[in-house]
Amino acid sequence: MGAYVVRRLLWLIVVLIAVSLVTFVIFYVLPSADPVLLRAGKNPSPEVVQSITHTLGLDRPWYVQYGRYMERLVLHLDLGRSYQNDASVRHLLWDRLPATLALAFGAMVLWLLIGIPLGIFSAVRHRRAGDRVVTGVSLLLISAPVYWLGLVALYVFSADIGKLPWLEGAGSYPTHGTIFTNPGEVVPSLILPWIVLAISFAAIYARFVRGSLVEVLREDYIRTARAKGLPERTVVLKHGMRAAMTPVVTILGLDLGILLGGAILVETVFNVPGIGRLAYDSIQTSDLPMIQGTVLAGAFFIVLLTLVVDLVYAFLDPRVRYGQGAP
Amino acid sequence: MSEPLLDVRDLRVSFATPDGLVRAVDGVSFSVAPGRTLGIVGESGSGKSVAVGTVMGLTRGARGATIAGELRFAGHDLARAGDEELRRLRGDELAMVFQDPMSSLHPLFRVGDQLVEAVRAHRPVGRRAARIRAQDMLGLAGVPEPGRRMEAYPHELSGGLRQRVMIAMALVNEPRLLIADEPTTALDVTVQAQILELLARLRDELGMAMVLVTHDLGVVAQVADDVAVMYAGRVVETGPTLPLLCTPQHPYTWGLLRSMPRLDGPRDAWPVPIAGRPPSPIAPPSGCRFHPRCPSALAPCAAIDPVLQPAGDGTQRAACILPAAVREAERP
Repeated sequence: MGAYVVRRLLWLIVVLIAVSLVTFVIFYVLPSADPVLLRAGKNPSPEVVQSITHTLGLDRPWYVQYGRYMERLVLHLDLGRSYQNDASVRHLLWDRLPATLALAFGAMVLWLLIGIPLGIFSAVRHRRAGDRVVTGVSLLLISAPVYWLGLVALYVFSADIGKLPWLEGAGSYPTHGTIFTNPGEVVPSLILPWIVLAISFAAIYARFVRGSLVEVLREDYIRTARAKGLPERTVVLKHGMRAAMTPVVTILGLDLGILLGGAILVETVFNVPGIGRLAYDSIQTSDLPMIQGTVLAGAFFIVLLTLVVDLVYAFLDPRVRYGQGAP
Repeated sequence: MSEPLLDVRDLRVSFATPDGLVRAVDGVSFSVAPGRTLGIVGESGSGKSVAVGTVMGLTRGARGATIAGELRFAGHDLARAGDEELRRLRGDELAMVFQDPMSSLHPLFRVGDQLVEAVRAHRPVGRRAARIRAQDMLGLAGVPEPGRRMEAYPHELSGGLRQRVMIAMALVNEPRLLIADEPTTALDVTVQAQILELLARLRDELGMAMVLVTHDLGVVAQVADDVAVMYAGRVVETGPTLPLLCTPQHPYTWGLLRSMPRLDGPRDAWPVPIAGRPPSPIAPPSGCRFHPRCPSALAPCAAIDPVLQPAGDGTQRAACILPAAVREAERP
């Protein structure tokens, strides 16, 4: 088990190096705005442009730039400085992390609380009226784009411009503090983003739990549980869900990994100062070190959560054991 | 004959499918007296598993299932019983062992916990008392080192051990009737005999009755007191085991016997399979359902749907219109 984890962590580093290289190459191969001009202001003199180009190291070949970047990253865990305002990328990421964490975990709790019970309901009423309503509505919600849902939610419920401003503080993230230091203001501001982010996930999870549970309920061991004289409740919730949850945990880990890298659309629509918003802004300004930082953060979370899922699997399913033969 | 423990009268189970109505069980009657063992024999698809599953109430929730007929068990009307009444009986007075022990145990729960759960579903006892009971039962079912096996997961046990666990789980509340649905089919031949022996021993020790579903006449000969032969959703012949196997009255039973390899026959006597295939349960043949495959069929067999009638020495009953003289002449 220990050797397995070490091997997977080494693999994590390989993935991050590959991701950073790809990001670098894409940035240079694909057309983008010139970060120097964006930084230099209106009508800069050629000397200013040249000086900025030199300061940012952009007068060197891309592989030299990449080499320097990796050198700083590996030796000092330094992600470089923003082309735009010279701020440390590492510090900025760190500052933005709490908002992303709060958004992702809050939404996750919400979508699990909604999606799992609906999925169970749907599975035990397989192909009957209740099931059809749930699967139909969830298909509708899965199809609704999250930025559209977000704008509708703001239009209806936001505290300032909303038609029904019932939620105090909704829609405007406070200018200071995190969910840990200023929960009184942060939590109300996150209610709409949580709901909007959770809605489509809840719909996806309802369908996924339904599918998984419907399969499990056909298994022989469910028939055994019924033959033992267990109440139907125990048969479904204990014997059925225990087996049906394993695949759900897998996609939950992946979804969470992706969201921790920043929920770009929701963070942008609701102006939540998270990693996703940071990524969006840095792409707008062709701020390579910042883009690189947010991409690496996203890749890091995805690979890390995949590892966590695999480790959790060994606890969920006694048949899974990681040893010499495991990848 | 004493009051039967289980009495099934004219049981009909059908399933609505996109291809049409599947009449899996089409008017089946049998009964089991306390302490006796009934063997139900037939090919795959003859409806034997559906019939006993219906006794357990396991086909109730199935999609498109229609169930009719009478099911009486120890003073209970199983056909009209509420779900809760049925649940109380299942696993307590009425228990079942299934064909495939590989898939019939929950893969994610420990063996001990699955047994304890069976005890506590029916007895108001604490966890500790239930564990003691469960462990005793494992030992009784011939599981070596039962204390250690309680902590094992099913995948850590062999097929034979798993079936012993299944048997222990079914018998942990000392049921009055055990339904065993092909309990040895999925096991190695060497283990099959042990499991049969175990079932017979526990039946005698616990004084319970048993319904043993199988396609193997050898199994029936070994443990059953009475036999019902099923074909295409019907019972075609029934009677005490010995006369039924020695003087079978229905051509289908002859076919089953001929298709078995024998050690006591002449050296060049190979098993003879029954020609043709089992009929479609959606559109069964007219008249006797076996007539298209019957080597002795007469012209009226395609028109007359036979009912069970006394045959042979009088303890047997067979659903066949062939004259007694013809049967005597053609029986193997």
